[in-house]
Amino acid sequence: MIATGPMQSHTPTNAPVERAARKTGEVILALENISLAFGGVQALSNISFDVREHEIRAIIGPNGAGKSSMLNVINGVYHPQQGTIYFKGEKRHRMVPHKVASQGVARTFQNIALFKGMSVLDNLMTGRTLMMKTGILQQAMYWGATQREEMAHRVRVEEIIEFLEIQSIRKTPVGRLPYGLQKRVELGRALAAEPTLLLLDEPMAGMNVEEKQDMCRFVLDVNEEFGTTIVLIEHDMGVVMDISDRVVVLDYGRKIGDGVPDEVRNNQAVIDAYLGVQH
Amino acid sequence: MGPFIEVVLGGLMAGVLYSLVALGFVLIYKASGVFNFSQGAMVLLAALAFARFSEVMPMPVAFLLAAVLMVALAFAVEWLVLRRLVNQEGIILFLATFGITYFIEGFGPQLFGDSIYRIDLGMPKEPKIILENMFEGGLLINLEDLIAAVIAGLLVAFLALFFQKTATGRALRAVADDHQAAQSVGIPLNHIWVIVWSVSGFVALVAGMIWGSKLGVQFSLVLIALKAIPVVILGGFTSIPGAIVGGLIIGVGEKIAEVYLGPIIGGGIENWFAYMLALAFLLIRPEGLFGERHIDRV
Repeated sequence: MIATGPMQSHTPTNAPVERAARKTGEVILALENISLAFGGVQALSNISFDVREHEIRAIIGPNGAGKSSMLNVINGVYHPQQGTIYFKGEKRHRMVPHKVASQGVARTFQNIALFKGMSVLDNLMTGRTLMMKTGILQQAMYWGATQREEMAHRVRVEEIIEFLEIQSIRKTPVGRLPYGLQKRVELGRALAAEPTLLLLDEPMAGMNVEEKQDMCRFVLDVNEEFGTTIVLIEHDMGVVMDISDRVVVLDYGRKIGDGVPDEVRNNQAVIDAYLGVQH
Repeated sequence: MGPFIEVVLGGLMAGVLYSLVALGFVLIYKASGVFNFSQGAMVLLAALAFARFSEVMPMPVAFLLAAVLMVALAFAVEWLVLRRLVNQEGIILFLATFGITYFIEGFGPQLFGDSIYRIDLGMPKEPKIILENMFEGGLLINLEDLIAAVIAGLLVAFLALFFQKTATGRALRAVADDHQAAQSVGIPLNHIWVIVWSVSGFVALVAGMIWGSKLGVQFSLVLIALKAIPVVILGGFTSIPGAIVGGLIIGVGEKIAEVYLGPIIGGGIENWFAYMLALAFLLIRPEGLFGERHIDRV
């Protein structure tokens, strides 16, 4: 595996960070020989790659390459027929999403999956579910420990709201917000869980240039300030090459490239997959 | 004026009791997107259990035991039915609750007997005349109904607060909104389902006790649940305040219709008026008075 190398030549529109100097740590997530099939359709074939601590790892590939399936495997939504997942050095057993969440993995979805009827604030508060310790009967009384707990979590959530610059829409039901803001709120909900590993499924899809720049900045800031490890799927090549430390490329459920952005950019198989060649 | 107010009051008090049953529907619908047809059967089961338990033990103990039974039912439903139907279409889950309904309707009476049982909560039965100096002849009200209405009102208020203010309430609303997203933030679906079915079971118990003490515990209690369907249509499937207001409107509406419209078209209106009202409402406002209006982005 290649350590984080020097990033590319042209500087992104507003990503301020000198990524080359960053240090990433030990392998936090390793996927070995993952294969996943739905009936006769082979979604993933024998894919291996790893993610290092504090790194931004991108998964790219043409439509239908298996990127989201990959994320769903990490997240526990899909269970691969073959292969092994190591998380924080331990082999992971078959596991449902809320268990994966309890190990410190948070995610966003390709088609925003927020609680549309609830306010921004409440959406972010649900992100802290796993840190809530008081029992249901205690909560029914709503005094003492419960109240203190609620306050403490509210303080943290307010910090995230400030970080994402969404103070003004705090009380707005999420369903009424424009698409770009919903994406931001979804990121906020994932952050509220204070994850060690953050999975972002096309965080910039459908955004205009300005919104994309904002989102890039947030992703980079999260990575810098909280040291959160990030795995992201993204179609915008400019964004991917700018912000990620390493990139894995999938095509038709197979891995066809893996490495720092410059390597991937010059990989013939990757170029073929994107431009299309006669096989 | 006096008789009219009496009719309205009577309607309001009956309405609160409809609300109580409707609340059971709303709770489960909110948290799992399932329309639980078995709510009426749960009312019957809870009332039967309480009636038979209280024959041999003090009432508070019988109450607790019946509550435990309803929680056990919630675990059983989750374990045997819901868990196996995760991510299925709503209509499949709805049909599954039909199965649960007929099971409870058969199994409950088999377990506890199928005669008519009395529940005596020790509430005053005799009607009382109040406000004699304001109206000629005063207002005749039924104290038992009044107390029942107060109990139901308190329970409803408590649940509404619980849903809005606590972490568990928030988790319940989250699951109602989006299963997948709820799981991704670490909310265990199974756990939530057990909670809502337990709370609905508890609400069914309170409803069953109150209706049971008015009418006796008998099979026809399940029909009261059918009266709650127009209530939830009127109020909105996802709204606790909607269940309350819907119940009150149906209660008052059908009493007024019975008394003032009944003689004109020959009586018996009370049996179908609620359904007509609900149907009319469906045409005007399909999401109900307080339901979430769906605005789809195109």
